[in-house]
Amino acid sequence: MKKAKGYGRMVTDVVCPFCGTLCDDLEVVVEDNKIKNVRHACRIGSSKFLAMNELKRPNRPMIRKDGSFEEVDMAAAIEECGRILSRSKRPLLYGWSSTGCEAHFVGIELAEELGGVIDSTSSVCHGPSVIAIQDVGYPSATLGDVKNRADLIIYWGANPMHAHPRHLSRYSVFPRGYFRERGQQDRELIVVDVRKTDTAKLANRFVQVRYGEDFELLSALRLVINGKELEADEVAGVSKEDILELADRMKTCQYGTLFFGMGLTQSYGTHRNIDAGISLVRDLNHHTKFSIVAMRGHYNVTGIGEVLTWQTGYPFAVDFSRGYPRYNPGETTANDVLQREEADAALIIASDPVAHFPKKAVEHLARIPMITIGPHMIPTAQLSEVFIPSSISGIEEASTAYRMDTVPLKLRKVIEPPEGIYSDVEILEMILENVRERRVRQMEREKKAGEGR
Amino acid sequence: MGMILKNGIVFDPMNNVKGEKKDILIENGVIVDKLNERTARVVDVSNKVVMPGGVEIHSHMAGGKVNSGRALRPEDHRGFVMPKTDITRSGSGFSTPTTFMTGYLYSKMGYTTGMTAALPPLMGRHTHEELKDIPMMDKGALTLLGNNWFVMRYLKEGDIEKCAAYVSWLLNAVKGYAVKIVNPGGSEAWGWGKNCRSIDDPVPHFDITPQEIIKGMVEVNERLCLPHSVHLHPNNLGRLGNFETTLQTMKIPNGTKAAGDRQVLQVTHTQFHSYGGDSWKTFESKADAIADVINKSDDIIIDTGFVTLDETTTMTADGPMEFYLSGLTRLKWVNRNIELETSPGITPFVFSKKMPTASIQWAIGLELALLIEDPWKVLLTTDHPNGGPFIRYPRIIAWLMSEKYREKTISEVHKAVNKRSVVPTLDREYDLNEIAVITRAGQAKSLGLDHIKGHLGPGAHADIAVYDIDPANLNPNNYAEIEEKFANTAYTIKDGEIVVKDGEIVKVVDGRTLFVNAKVDPGIEKDVIKDIEYNFKRFYSINLANYPVRKEYLTRPMEIRT
Ligand code: SF4
Ligand SMILES: [Zn+2]
Repeated sequence: MKKAKGYGRMVTDVVCPFCGTLCDDLEVVVEDNKIKNVRHACRIGSSKFLAMNELKRPNRPMIRKDGSFEEVDMAAAIEECGRILSRSKRPLLYGWSSTGCEAHFVGIELAEELGGVIDSTSSVCHGPSVIAIQDVGYPSATLGDVKNRADLIIYWGANPMHAHPRHLSRYSVFPRGYFRERGQQDRELIVVDVRKTDTAKLANRFVQVRYGEDFELLSALRLVINGKELEADEVAGVSKEDILELADRMKTCQYGTLFFGMGLTQSYGTHRNIDAGISLVRDLNHHTKFSIVAMRGHYNVTGIGEVLTWQTGYPFAVDFSRGYPRYNPGETTANDVLQREEADAALIIASDPVAHFPKKAVEHLARIPMITIGPHMIPTAQLSEVFIPSSISGIEEASTAYRMDTVPLKLRKVIEPPEGIYSDVEILEMILENVRERRVRQMEREKKAGEGR
Repeated sequence: MGMILKNGIVFDPMNNVKGEKKDILIENGVIVDKLNERTARVVDVSNKVVMPGGVEIHSHMAGGKVNSGRALRPEDHRGFVMPKTDITRSGSGFSTPTTFMTGYLYSKMGYTTGMTAALPPLMGRHTHEELKDIPMMDKGALTLLGNNWFVMRYLKEGDIEKCAAYVSWLLNAVKGYAVKIVNPGGSEAWGWGKNCRSIDDPVPHFDITPQEIIKGMVEVNERLCLPHSVHLHPNNLGRLGNFETTLQTMKIPNGTKAAGDRQVLQVTHTQFHSYGGDSWKTFESKADAIADVINKSDDIIIDTGFVTLDETTTMTADGPMEFYLSGLTRLKWVNRNIELETSPGITPFVFSKKMPTASIQWAIGLELALLIEDPWKVLLTTDHPNGGPFIRYPRIIAWLMSEKYREKTISEVHKAVNKRSVVPTLDREYDLNEIAVITRAGQAKSLGLDHIKGHLGPGAHADIAVYDIDPANLNPNNYAEIEEKFANTAYTIKDGEIVVKDGEIVKVVDGRTLFVNAKVDPGIEKDVIKDIEYNFKRFYSINLANYPVRKEYLTRPMEIRT
């Protein structure tokens, strides 16, 4: 910790808890437990820090009584959570992408204790990528490897200039690397997208693919790269000539990286698209070195996938109803559990499904008792039975997060949370303890009833 | 309160106890020679085998690569699950079990200490997060250094001292236990889709050869007086005719003196490096040639890397190998190039009894163990999960102890084993004392942990395995029983507490995390840190301050100083 010039103190090497780029070079100036200044962060990153000062945050837990929220103390809120979850036969614990791994540990234990379903926002963004990886694999690399080696960068269906603003400058296009001493001049940037995005405007070559035809274009490229004749004059709106040139560029680079985003995972074809993208990269490895990296959005969506995997064996959509982990996307995914009206209670943390889920799923969420944990009164919180405000991990709490390329980082605590606000970890631990006590009491009651007979 | 393990038949090779009836006294988690017998708890283990707790020396049980392997293969997890109990967490996975389950499964077999085989420094925090979730065992991490840019640069400049200071700094930063080298130079070459196919094949752009890396790192390791020797996965893993590379590799440390009472080099999963032939049709065992060298050497030991004839998930920091293998099988393939450090890969593999190659690979592992005379030179591993999952150790023990079992398996595998391996001609049968050496004592000695692990003398950690085997009535022909008894202990004792009884977990405990802190000259260290600071900023993608793994990620941290 350095002393900042003039005022306050400066916290260095701060990790930005906003997007999966997880920049770890921020410098934050703090005075009187207020954030005065943030250096190095992009616009959206620094606004997350600076908004802390202005935002009016709820500071007391709330329980719905007769249709409207009433402030209660923490003990009453936890008691209500325990009651809801213990009664539930199939609780859904959903979210997890914008909180630290320490919260994931407790969350998974709680889901296991309850015999519930735990799922992350991956389910609705990069879920198809995970399924594709389970089909064909994932030839990948860390972002520093890309920085040091890559002479060809492709963004496909991704617009980092908006969603991951420092991605290009820290890792891919602009930085100097060990084998790319001149930075951008030593690299070529290709952008494939349905429209000319701000990222595409920076590209050496922009390839406009027709909406919903990514799979066709990827397949055509594979065909050419594998030495077959492309018969069509045009595929997915791209001329044969351009495809041949693109394929040639990919084959002859020294080290290429394909970054793909939601444009590919959410467009028509979903996991088939990613399958084709990964297979393309695999094919390219027979000619040169190529890697693929998913542009993960929320800062720790990668982390929940990692933790779930090492503790349960599966990266998302884990069902504990049989006492051991089970995974079947399409059945155990949050959206499906809701749309089939199976879930009879929900705990939502660090995400806002009411704002993002399909109507049918939201309707079911509105019908069942729901608990929301998070710093802000988001739409999901407004539909809940219980809302417990929590501190902000990575600003008000130290925690662990995994960057989009799975590099793990320790997030720092920069300021103290507001008076009376607990962390996600503490709240989940209290709920877990409450649920366990209820189970013990229940067992004792059953035992007594047995003896009485 | 103390504990007396009464009337067991003790196998404690380090103290030269070979199956004697003997009481073991425990107090405060360690083994003692005197005890207040009146207040001590007595556990009757009459006519049962008592051994030090098992020590795993090479198992891919925790970290980013293992986890990618898990995520890659839901099919590996569906059929093999452990439900939650009142004291244990649930889990899943056959070849890549989840963390909690890994701890329970090892503990049921009587294992109490384990090394995860490959920690990439940049991912160190991940490895430790997983180790933290592996209960029941003390643990540590072999740290990948054979393709590290700093290492290659210092060695290229011939600056052993600076290289040593860097290695010391790094091990301490990522809380590593030992130096691991995987496909030296070849994994860096894989950064360009290339490989190093011989020990003299230069590493692209770094102007150094695998041979120079190995030689330099052996010197560095001994200069730092690290507890373990260099742990080496040589070039050309899995390749036809690779035994020649292995033989050349074993000559490299020639003459270097070990800093402790141990080898100067452990050649790991040697089964994968003992292949002859120049086509898959002529693929054959060269275990005899390798065993011959080991028998004559005082400096080199191996671990086996047995093939257990299962469907598994292969994973190594040998990226080019995994790509090559997935090219042969056309199965799914993961690669993880890690900046400045290494390039692991993953692909599933089925070692089918019907395949000539897999059958011969199975034979090679056994040949190494049966042809190397001194059991202290051959440690039991499967390179979990590469040759097969660690839960197969009891089966391997049965193969080693029972010629009849081997004959049975030979009759089931491809007949190529009769012509292209010598295993059918070997009649050696391991005894319990030798089993104790190759599963715990030898590992503890190799790791430089023999003051606290791998034996039952006073001062040792009270990590103990009791197997329901009566040596007086042991018949090696009853191989199924041997396998069953080694799979489920009568008791596993960790730090003096009973944690497994009759094959069931009865108590869940956290083990220590072992890591080394090696002393170096402060002046040189200062120079090296300056160099690290300068280069880190330019070439890594994170800040130096965010690289070290702090102790909060470790369970019961135990620093080993040199
Ligand atoms: S790019 Fe992402 S992680 Fe980096 S500063 Fe911006 S929001 Fe934060
Ligand atoms: Zn290994």
